[in-house]
Amino acid sequence: MSFFTEENQKRAENIFSQYPDKRSCALPLLHLAQSQEGYLSNETIEKVAEMCEIEPSEMMDTASFYTMFFRKPMGKYRIQVCQTLSCSLAGADKVVDHFAKKLKIQPGETTKDGKFSLLKVECLGSCGTGPVVQLNDDYIEGKTIEELDRTIDDL
Amino acid sequence: MTKMLTQFIEQENCHTLDFYLKNGGYNQAKRAILEMSADEIIEIAKQSNLRGRGGAGFPAGMKWSFIPRDIDKPKYLISNADEGEPGTFKDRVLLSKNPHQMFDGMIIAAKAIDCHLAFVYIRGEFKKEAEILENAIAEAKEKNILGKRIFGSDFDFDIVVHRGAGAYICGEETALIESIEGKRGQPRIKPPFPAIEGYLQCPTVVNNVETFAALPPIFENGAQWFVDLGVENSAGTKLFSISGHVKNPGVFEVPMGTPLHDLIYNDEFCGGMKDDIPLKSVIPGGSSSPILTAKEIDGLTMDYDAIQKAGSMLGSGAVIVMNETTDMVQVCYNLARFYAHESCGQCTPCREGTAWLIKILKRFTSGGARQEDIELLLDITDNIGGLVDFSQGSFGKTICPFGEAVSWPVRALVEKFLPEFEKRVQEK
Ligand SMILES: Cc1cc2nc3c(=O)[nH]c(=O)nc-3n(C[C@H](O)[C@H](O)[C@H](O)COP(=O)(O)O)c2cc1C
Ligand code: SF4
Ligand code: FES
Repeated sequence: MSFFTEENQKRAENIFSQYPDKRSCALPLLHLAQSQEGYLSNETIEKVAEMCEIEPSEMMDTASFYTMFFRKPMGKYRIQVCQTLSCSLAGADKVVDHFAKKLKIQPGETTKDGKFSLLKVECLGSCGTGPVVQLNDDYIEGKTIEELDRTIDDL
Repeated sequence: MTKMLTQFIEQENCHTLDFYLKNGGYNQAKRAILEMSADEIIEIAKQSNLRGRGGAGFPAGMKWSFIPRDIDKPKYLISNADEGEPGTFKDRVLLSKNPHQMFDGMIIAAKAIDCHLAFVYIRGEFKKEAEILENAIAEAKEKNILGKRIFGSDFDFDIVVHRGAGAYICGEETALIESIEGKRGQPRIKPPFPAIEGYLQCPTVVNNVETFAALPPIFENGAQWFVDLGVENSAGTKLFSISGHVKNPGVFEVPMGTPLHDLIYNDEFCGGMKDDIPLKSVIPGGSSSPILTAKEIDGLTMDYDAIQKAGSMLGSGAVIVMNETTDMVQVCYNLARFYAHESCGQCTPCREGTAWLIKILKRFTSGGARQEDIELLLDITDNIGGLVDFSQGSFGKTICPFGEAVSWPVRALVEKFLPEFEKRVQEK
């Protein structure tokens, strides 16, 4: 029995078919595993390591390097606020403070009900439309705090 | 004004294969595969003087010519779509609006280096753009533009979209290669250069998205046409990402050598300073390029030589504009914090130095700065990046140019806005 769901197992096989070696499939498989599990537990990482035929410790090393791989469960909604220069010039610091106050959590934390995580992130590659917030996978760009509030309140 | 990368981006369905084919798309890839030799392709690229658009400005044709011909290893091609340099948001436009033009260019480059498998390394956050690329690849496969025996030739060529996972350093080409290999994104010691030992120890070429996208128009119109679009040593058009305190930030395609003043103030571009507050300073080529004061940008044109003469670099063409109300100490802290967060940690000067920089800069932003801290900041930048003559492209004390990328901007900020730093000392 694979660790992946049937559908994801097919995706995994498709990934393997595209690369010249198994280890190169580490990042795509970690992304896939995280999309299925919500985060990367030690167990999940071990499973992916086995599929890529490398040592679990090597896969841990890889997974821990990248900020998009979560090693602990995250809120259902991740509010990721870019704090790098262009966004900062566009008022990003206020956005972080606002959500910290509103959700009563510090950046890096998750609300008790598990609904929201607030994260400060670095440049998201969309600096012309700051402040840039990434809500899970979606970019929300150039919105005022009031507009952002409405989006969050509707969730 | 001639545009060759973004002329269609306002049009509906511009990202589709149908649209691209209707506008002459893939004619040049087809010609390269069916009619041209590797030498002919490299010669045109060299004559066009196309320089890499990712930051370093290395001539593309010359890079391809370093790939060894007579060895029995596969060769790999990688499009760098990591778009990590703060201030840069140009490649996202090409990826989402004009993905086929990049593929078109990748096929031309593949023929030049005899490559049959390529990657697009796209930053992990660009999930939507990655999906657009995958759909575009599927479309191209259906039409025999990618896959086996493309255009009915005996040349196989596939492209795989590989998502990063949040690490600025993976934009550096050897870190990027490590990352595709499933490892931490830590730059390799060079030499060997990727052209000799890159992905899986095989010869590899890494070029930026915009570099590839520039190829089809060059091959269609000829190398001289491209040279004539720009100015000396800076051929062609270039995408500039402009952000900060301007009325209309955005991505603009203009010929090399366009005055920066036009880009900031003309209505067809940024339309002037936001709220009409006067300009104080500009970062001309991404966060790693030294900042320029209002006086220094007077008459500045956007090309490699002019910006270098002004003491900075064209880099990725990312212009960050700041008005008079901007607190330069805060800007310095913000950038140092970015670099401290993104250091891959391999080299002691970079890892420790960036941590020290933010510790000391924090004293300037939050209180407790001493006069000697100013000297200390400059000392630390020397220790990380050294005093490097970047016209020579020589790099000093660290494995990768990240060391310089943090040192230069911090040093320039402290030196050019010294009174603002001194004021924080006196306040205490
Ligand atoms: C720290 C660092 C970050 C970089 N980030 C990027 C990037 O996000 N995108 C990019 O195209 N090049 C980036 N580069 C430059 C690449 O290493 C490489 O020179 C480039 O992709 C080559 O393509 P080009 O010759 O077409 O410009 C970066 C370099 C360094 C040192
Ligand atoms: S200079 Fe910094 S980012 Fe580059 S290899 Fe060394 S520690 Fe890593
Ligand atoms: S600075 Fe926020 S997206 Fe680049």
